[in-house]
Amino acid sequence: MNARRVRRRVVNGMMTGLVGVLSFLAVLALVLILGNLVVKGGSSLDWNFFVKNPVPAGESGGGVANAIVGTGIIVGLACLIGLPVGIGAGLYLAEFGSGRLGWIVRFVADVLNGTPSIVVGIFAWTWLVKPMGHFSALAGSVALAILMVPMLARTTEEMVRLVPHSLREAALALGYPRWRTSLRIVARTALAGIVTSSLVGVARIAGGLVLLLAVAARSAIRQGPPHGAAR
Amino acid sequence: MSVVGLADSRTILTPDASPGSPGLRPGSVTATPVIDVRTYSFWYGPTQALFDLTFTIPRRAVTALIGPSGCGKSTFLRSINRLNELIPRTRHTGDILLEGVSVFSRGTDPVALRREVGMVFQQPNPFPKTIFDNVAYGPRLNGLAAEREMPERVERALRRAALWDEVKDRLRAAGTSLSGGQQQRLCIARALANEPEVLLMDEPCSALDPAATQRIEELMVELKQNYSIVIVTHNMQQASRVSDFTGFFYLGRLIEFGDTKQIFTRPSDERTEAYITGRFG
Repeated sequence: MNARRVRRRVVNGMMTGLVGVLSFLAVLALVLILGNLVVKGGSSLDWNFFVKNPVPAGESGGGVANAIVGTGIIVGLACLIGLPVGIGAGLYLAEFGSGRLGWIVRFVADVLNGTPSIVVGIFAWTWLVKPMGHFSALAGSVALAILMVPMLARTTEEMVRLVPHSLREAALALGYPRWRTSLRIVARTALAGIVTSSLVGVARIAGGLVLLLAVAARSAIRQGPPHGAAR
Repeated sequence: MSVVGLADSRTILTPDASPGSPGLRPGSVTATPVIDVRTYSFWYGPTQALFDLTFTIPRRAVTALIGPSGCGKSTFLRSINRLNELIPRTRHTGDILLEGVSVFSRGTDPVALRREVGMVFQQPNPFPKTIFDNVAYGPRLNGLAAEREMPERVERALRRAALWDEVKDRLRAAGTSLSGGQQQRLCIARALANEPEVLLMDEPCSALDPAATQRIEELMVELKQNYSIVIVTHNMQQASRVSDFTGFFYLGRLIEFGDTKQIFTRPSDERTEAYITGRFG
């Protein structure tokens, strides 16, 4: 009896230790990278870095103001286009998407989700950059919004589906029309989840800026006042 | 608009429309049934769930629907406020009349109908909001009361649901923070705040402990002064304790309907007798 208890305690201790070591390994890389960044780069971070534009290679000084502002404008515009469409589509899929149309929307969203971002970039280049005759932040935003919509739609759908059916019925039984039930009860209850998936969506497109080389390349590279990027 | 048909018929039957007056509405004679079911059948896709139901539900009384699981009690209950319509591929024949007006007629707006017919579900399902907002939800939507009258209305509903004394000091607390029995009474208050004519209760005590169940049962007896209550229950003792009339459902058919005492002491159908004596179901 006693031997078994000792054995159990030893195994427990070993396993706890093992899991601890593994978690340490998992964060080690991140800690090293971040640490390196802070130690080596921290000294170059000052106010000017954020408010000044880059200077030609070889000169000292300058900053990344144009990149920050440009990213803000492009991502902001993409959110403006993408968030309503994506969340709306997700709500539709979860609440009304049991029919054929729902199936089609879901399928298209999944395909679009798996499309490499560069393909979306080429699409935006063909339909926006070429007809407009120049690269633009707008074209970049549209491309990013296209990337964002399918992912948002699917995650929103998942979140909305998590809302218990009984809540829906409660609202309907009080005399709420279906659309108001969807907006006021279901969407409100799923709000935290929808916000999270929106943030993940924004993070994804903000990181997927590669495709901008295809559509907004020149305005991103061009130096000068930031508003030039938005033209 | 569609609401008019329903509202008109009510005005005729109950000239005193202020639901605050206890029990005595001049026009509301106990003899007129509140719900009149006429050869009502219902299908889920190809499966027929209800067969030719014909009976009437008396006003200002508790009517219990009993029967084994899957016999159609809840399906019938949800037909009264047309909640079944939201399930795809369902259909019905026959008719259900509320206050003499068909709930299915083109003039009846399901939204207006559900204002007249409150519902309490098996699981307490308060909204993730404050206690006050839970109760104020229906009146706000239906424009039944101005916001400054809302506290009074909420208090009235909570008092009727016998919850007021327990929550009056924390109306701003979340509805979900209450105990199960309190949540269920909150849901009853939420339904009552719309001041409905009929209250449908779908196994309202099945998720509650005996003490909370007793509170709800006492509440039902009180509420029948002002409301017509239809309760679906699996608990035969509950049916015999609280109800004035009982209907026995079996395989989608109404086998027997009558005075609760009579059903429980001298049922006329042997299947009813077998069920209430616990030989099956």
